[in-house]
Amino acid sequence: MANRKTIDARGSFCPGPLMELIAGMKMIAIGDEIEILSSDKGSANEIPEWLRKAKHEHLGTEEKDGVWHVLARKTH
Amino acid sequence: MKILIVGGGMGGTILANNLARRLTTELRSGKVRMTMLTASDRHMYQPGLLYLAIGRMTPEELYRDQASLLEPGIDLHVDPAEEFRLDKNEVKTKSGKVHGYDVLAIATGARPTPEEIPGLAENSEQFYTEETAVRMFKRLQAFQGGKIVVAMGVPHKCPMAPLEIIFMMHDYFRDRGILDKVKLHYTYPIGRVHTLENVAKWAAPEMDRLGITYETMFNVKEVDGAKKVVRSEEGSETDYDLLVSIPAHRGMEVIEKNNLGQRGWIPTHRHTLNMEGRSNVFVLGDTTNLPISKAGSTAHFEAEVIGENIAALVRLGAPVREYDGKVFCFIEAGKDRATYAMFDYQNPPQPRAPTRAVHWFKVAYNKLYWASARGLL
Repeated sequence: MANRKTIDARGSFCPGPLMELIAGMKMIAIGDEIEILSSDKGSANEIPEWLRKAKHEHLGTEEKDGVWHVLARKTH
Repeated sequence: MKILIVGGGMGGTILANNLARRLTTELRSGKVRMTMLTASDRHMYQPGLLYLAIGRMTPEELYRDQASLLEPGIDLHVDPAEEFRLDKNEVKTKSGKVHGYDVLAIATGARPTPEEIPGLAENSEQFYTEETAVRMFKRLQAFQGGKIVVAMGVPHKCPMAPLEIIFMMHDYFRDRGILDKVKLHYTYPIGRVHTLENVAKWAAPEMDRLGITYETMFNVKEVDGAKKVVRSEEGSETDYDLLVSIPAHRGMEVIEKNNLGQRGWIPTHRHTLNMEGRSNVFVLGDTTNLPISKAGSTAHFEAEVIGENIAALVRLGAPVREYDGKVFCFIEAGKDRATYAMFDYQNPPQPRAPTRAVHWFKVAYNKLYWASARGLL
């Protein structure tokens, strides 16, 4: 079963949730997952867009009480 | 009470001086003892490296003796920490000395790691150390024309540095009268030219106006020095004549060796600034894993909160304040104009158009920093 790392990037304007995710990818093994928490609704679009471009897997996005939870799997 | 501060950079120094002022009586009476462990007897003004790389500061302007910056009553040891024994409330140093503490503050900072990207260290110029900043200036000085690419890793210290260096190089080559022979190309890891949306909204048209080209979603994967090409994780590549890098950073090795945090970033509570699970250990500056800028102002504002709280622990037995995520960053927009971004966990920045006045305030701050480190500003 894949390990899952959670990054709490709520309230992060700089470096911001996507930058936190990119940095977080260096901390996990291929096949493992990251759940990133963001209070910026823009993350719901820009994180999956980067995941597509960088060829990682977007496992889903869910909004709970104004916080977006974006789940990604490192593929390479 | 024994207070131990590990790290004599901006965060550790401001914290120590802040506490020395708050606890003058207790330090004099011996009720409180404060010790600082640091790796160097010299203190560097790190934001000055940007100016060093462009020939606007010289190396000696970046340094002061660490001892000269500290208030009386702070016991300074130039003897870096090697072993954190948090369960025993002890830190062992390189010399073998063991320092006990009641309250510990860790402010060991971050280090650039260009060697993690194949080809980056040997084929790019960067300005995150004195040596590399001087070398970069010499390369810029000798540059007679061609394509300069700015590329970066994540996370990096000073999130404004990529924008500042591209705009400052633009003005540098314009002043030399060879701007028509220089093509400046900027790359950035996410889908806009800066992570702060409002800063990106200002910077992208500014680059268009100045003829600076850019490519977004570009995370450096490798550099081929023979072909002079930098390739991205996203599958694109760009050629260069001179590559300027903003390397990815890690926390310090001593943090990793002591298993205090992955890649040297210590898990830290975003409001109390306590190390997670340790109520008598505080973390500040670049060393935290918080999702905020690795910048001097962050360390400064965190130091003020921790200073107030440690003093309150001494006098009241409980902390009194929470950190709100405050950050303030100047943004140099060339050689003589600047703006700034101020934000916290709740409020995004609203940067204004660059002005000469803000630039000159930044130039003044480059000198005023020494008052800031002493806890006077």
